[in-house]
Amino acid sequence: MSCQKTQELIHGYLDGELDLVRSLEVEQHMQECEICAGNYRSQTTLRSSLKNDSLYYAAPEQLKKRIQSSLRKEARSEVAPRWSGWRWLTVGASLAFMLSIGVFVWRLMPGSIRPSRDELLARDVVSEHVRSLQMPGHLTDVLSSDQHTVKPWFDGKVDFAPPVKDFASQDFRLYGGRLGYLNNRPVAALIYQRRLHYINLFIWPAEQASSTDQVAIQRQGYNLIHWSGSGMNFWAISDLNGVELSEFAHLVQQGQ
Amino acid sequence: MQEQNKLASFEEAVLPHLNAAYNLARWITRNDTDADDVVQEACLRAFKFFGGFHGVDGRSWLLTIVRNTCYTWMQRNRSAQLSVSPDHEQREIESTDLNPEGLLLQKVDTLMVRRAIEELPVEFREVLVLRELEDMSYREIAGITDLPLGTVMSRLARGRKRLQLALTNQMQGEVIR
Repeated sequence: MSCQKTQELIHGYLDGELDLVRSLEVEQHMQECEICAGNYRSQTTLRSSLKNDSLYYAAPEQLKKRIQSSLRKEARSEVAPRWSGWRWLTVGASLAFMLSIGVFVWRLMPGSIRPSRDELLARDVVSEHVRSLQMPGHLTDVLSSDQHTVKPWFDGKVDFAPPVKDFASQDFRLYGGRLGYLNNRPVAALIYQRRLHYINLFIWPAEQASSTDQVAIQRQGYNLIHWSGSGMNFWAISDLNGVELSEFAHLVQQGQ
Repeated sequence: MQEQNKLASFEEAVLPHLNAAYNLARWITRNDTDADDVVQEACLRAFKFFGGFHGVDGRSWLLTIVRNTCYTWMQRNRSAQLSVSPDHEQREIESTDLNPEGLLLQKVDTLMVRRAIEELPVEFREVLVLRELEDMSYREIAGITDLPLGTVMSRLARGRKRLQLALTNQMQGEVIR
């Protein structure tokens, strides 16, 4: 082992931090080299002058007492935390959370508080249906039970081709067609008849391609069923009972 | 209740090392008042983070916090690091007033060593204090100072050489005077 290497390792040797092999190498070198041995001796002398209790600064008694009392204070304040910093952040976060819950609930609320898009539409559908029945001759623009007459009639009147089918064999007779206005756009209205009941079926293109299941609601004594599929929105309304209207709705949905 | 338990286990695990904390802080800051404030702040910090202490070595854990507190403290009060402590001067004068020769020699010796350590750059001073006064292993020192083991050893080596040189110069100065 070289002197340079020994000078490096001598401190590790002095501190008992060398492994056995290295320790033996250092010892062996020092037996042969008087300079390194002398250096080691002066290091041990220095160390012994450092092993002196008066170099050690013990904590003053007063400091100990002060620390203990401030720790107790701290422990108490952690139990009853002060209103600062993080506390306010927590309060802010809770308020924000409550607000978001409020908004969420508000959005879920039925018509009376904030009408949803479907609810507004349902009102318009009822109005359209009522008006179509009120005025004589207003129910249909084209009076025909022939789907091949009704369907082409919409050509050039609306910008889409509504599916038109007669369900006379299931006792839902196609009565005629009409132009309606719903959801801020012209829509196709198909009129079907079952016994003395009229059904208005409103059709217009859907914004989303995805289909939605049938939803049945009641407004002002009328039954309404709406769904979407094949890129169209469908709203059926009638004073017919719910079961039969649902039967009709399924026929339309399957017939598409 | 939970806080009382926390306080009790903190007092058991950490407070026995208050002397070690003060010793390190005093050697790094070289000032009684600063050491007082640093140790108090470090203990409060340690208490706050005590939930994160899962080790067995309360001393190393506390000393790591004390060391960090020292450095932020010195950055905040830059002057503290540069000032030569006045009580150091005073003690030296006192010692020359005392006449019994043996005692004087002993005292001057300790004072010389103390002054020589204080004059070391802080990076050598801290490892030397932890090694020689706190009797810590290289691994423990590396953990507290966040240094590789090799760096701990080389800093100790350089620190000791500087100390040796400073003491030799002081002794020669004494002889000439």
